Amino acid sequence: MGNTDTKRKDLILLAGFSAVVLLAPFIFGPVGAGYPDLLQKFAIFGIFAMGFNILFGLTGYLSFGHAAFLGVGSYAAVWTFKLLTMNPFVALSLAVLIGGLFALAIGFVCLRRSGIYFSILTLALAQMSYNLAYSVLTPITNGETGLQLAQSDPRSLDAMFGIDYGAVLPSSHLFGIDMTGYPGFYFCAVMFIACFYLSMRIFRSPFGMMLRAVKSNQNRMNYTGLNSRPYTLTAFVISGMYAGLAGGLLAVTDPLAGAERMQWTASGEVVLMTILGGAGTLLGPVIGAGVIKYFENIFSAFNEGFLLDVFDFLPEVIQHAAVSVSSLFVGEGWHLTLGALFMVIVIFLPGGLMEGINRLYRKFRPKGGSSDPDAAPAPAPAE
Amino acid sequence: MDQIFLQVLNGLDKGGAYALIALGLTIIFGTLGVVNFAHGALFMLGAFCAVTVKALLETSKVTTDPTQLTAWGTPVEVRTPYIEAWLGDFGTLLVDFSVPASIIIAIPVMLLIGVAMERGLIRFFYKRPHAEQILVTFGLAIVLQEIVKSQFGANPIPQPAPDAAKGMVDFGAFIGFQAGSVVYPAWRLIYFLFSLMVIGAVFAFLQFTTFGMVVRAGMADRETVGLLGIDIDRRFTIVFGIAAVVAGLAGVMYTPILSPDYHMGMDFLVLSFVVVVVGGMGSLPGAVVAGFLLGIVQSFASMNEVKAILPGIDQIIIYLIAVVILLARPRGLMGRKGVMEA
Repeated sequence: MGNTDTKRKDLILLAGFSAVVLLAPFIFGPVGAGYPDLLQKFAIFGIFAMGFNILFGLTGYLSFGHAAFLGVGSYAAVWTFKLLTMNPFVALSLAVLIGGLFALAIGFVCLRRSGIYFSILTLALAQMSYNLAYSVLTPITNGETGLQLAQSDPRSLDAMFGIDYGAVLPSSHLFGIDMTGYPGFYFCAVMFIACFYLSMRIFRSPFGMMLRAVKSNQNRMNYTGLNSRPYTLTAFVISGMYAGLAGGLLAVTDPLAGAERMQWTASGEVVLMTILGGAGTLLGPVIGAGVIKYFENIFSAFNEGFLLDVFDFLPEVIQHAAVSVSSLFVGEGWHLTLGALFMVIVIFLPGGLMEGINRLYRKFRPKGGSSDPDAAPAPAPAE
Repeated sequence: MDQIFLQVLNGLDKGGAYALIALGLTIIFGTLGVVNFAHGALFMLGAFCAVTVKALLETSKVTTDPTQLTAWGTPVEVRTPYIEAWLGDFGTLLVDFSVPASIIIAIPVMLLIGVAMERGLIRFFYKRPHAEQILVTFGLAIVLQEIVKSQFGANPIPQPAPDAAKGMVDFGAFIGFQAGSVVYPAWRLIYFLFSLMVIGAVFAFLQFTTFGMVVRAGMADRETVGLLGIDIDRRFTIVFGIAAVVAGLAGVMYTPILSPDYHMGMDFLVLSFVVVVVGGMGSLPGAVVAGFLLGIVQSFASMNEVKAILPGIDQIIIYLIAVVILLARPRGLMGRKGVMEA
């Protein structure tokens, strides 16, 4: 930990990360992703995946219910907008708080078991929250329609400070700057960088080491007389807070919360992001989230006409065959690509893209070895 | 009393579906040690076997009948399924009984799918961590589901039960209640009996055949069976196929109760896992008992009287039970000692 070399590299990594995030509109412009709506999503789901990684990547506990925390965060944020104020900080703090409390309750129950049982318990509890949000809790969640802002909301704090939105539906704003477009993205970006820094500190801390120890051999931990549950519970709550923050940010950029955010397919998506990028690495989940959100955006926009153009160079018969095959995978069928990708990654590259990058790196730089501590599939910081 | 009885009946058909899927899951887990998140997709594929068979049977020759006119003044189109033209009355009967008839098609198809799945994918995952097994089968489930969606569309496709089984059965009269007090759809009763039959067949197969004996031995101690010179892997492949058939049949027969759509598998999968966990991972009788039990409990929870006291309880009762069982009785209701107690 006290190793200055690691510290220096972390600093470089953080600086590089911040630079990429802040300059994202220019960097991702050429590949057609340089607009705030999508960039926001990169950041938000990056945060979500990073949080999930603190649990799954470090402790190896595979939660299949993380979307519940995201949904709860969204609801908390939208309710803050409705009742208190349109200031995003208030909404986010409440989203994080509620997400964390919810995670504490669920984690307390689920962490009594491990392995598949843990996965199934989290799945069951998340599915339960989803069902409740859709049915009985409709007064709070507004059921299928989703929770929305209304002009007649009280917004008591705003009213206290004499902010009046007139006859328009207000959007979230930070002291007068609307959280839409680029300001919205930069707000998310700052949060993103802060979260990255926090997750880096967790990875490097003795607490992070303890979590890794849980992953590698929990029995041995128990034999040494150490109760690992407080550590795993803390990790669970932290990752629930990250998810709550991500849910809150979703609400800040678009004040609407629906129950479908809590469905277990959404939980599956964050698992996929983390696995795709590389579980247990710092950058992996962020890359995974970016890749998936990017391709989701690009692929679902493709249609038959576009495909016909792409395969235009082929003879007509083959062109039509190629189009009919590939059209399964794009547009509406984007989920098919996602599922196939999921399988391919788990089968051939369990370490995710980071492992792939690392392998390539080692192939071309045999003498340098793996010098980047964060690129290693299972980073083992030198003591 | 008859109310209670009606709710028990209500739970039996759903419980039958849970029990069948959970049985397959448990068999796969017990033999191969794999957590199969794609099992719900197999259930869904079975249902779509029925959809396909019906569509094939109903492939029709369209002729116009100039003697009859529609309201718009055009001749009425008469659709005669080819099968009726070829086979006459038997063809009509076959179209009517398309759902039960699909069983004959579904068995070989599901067996093939199951074996292909095991050989092509699952066998590479025996030695890998449970998390990766869950993930890869979850991916497979998404793929299967999306393929079905692209072929059959996203809307539910209703499948009628045969005319003979469409009516209601006055069940109360059989067992001495007042006539008309417990009236129940015939098909649901058929489904319950069918699930009992399939479950019985699976147990008989495992209990009374040499093949079944070897499989049970393999479940207890795979290595020793291998050392005796028995190719246990091949048997397990077939077992996987059988589990797929069981899930598929559950799906085929369920179609008149619930119109199949592409995500029905996922909906049942989550519940079936809960059933397996409640019954005890690796315990076949546990899976069956828990399946019926949870089905019945769920139907009691959806009674209006119960909902008036605890609103929304019908949505969450199963999950609540699972949580309580897992925390209080880690092995599940009938789990074996030492099997997946972590």
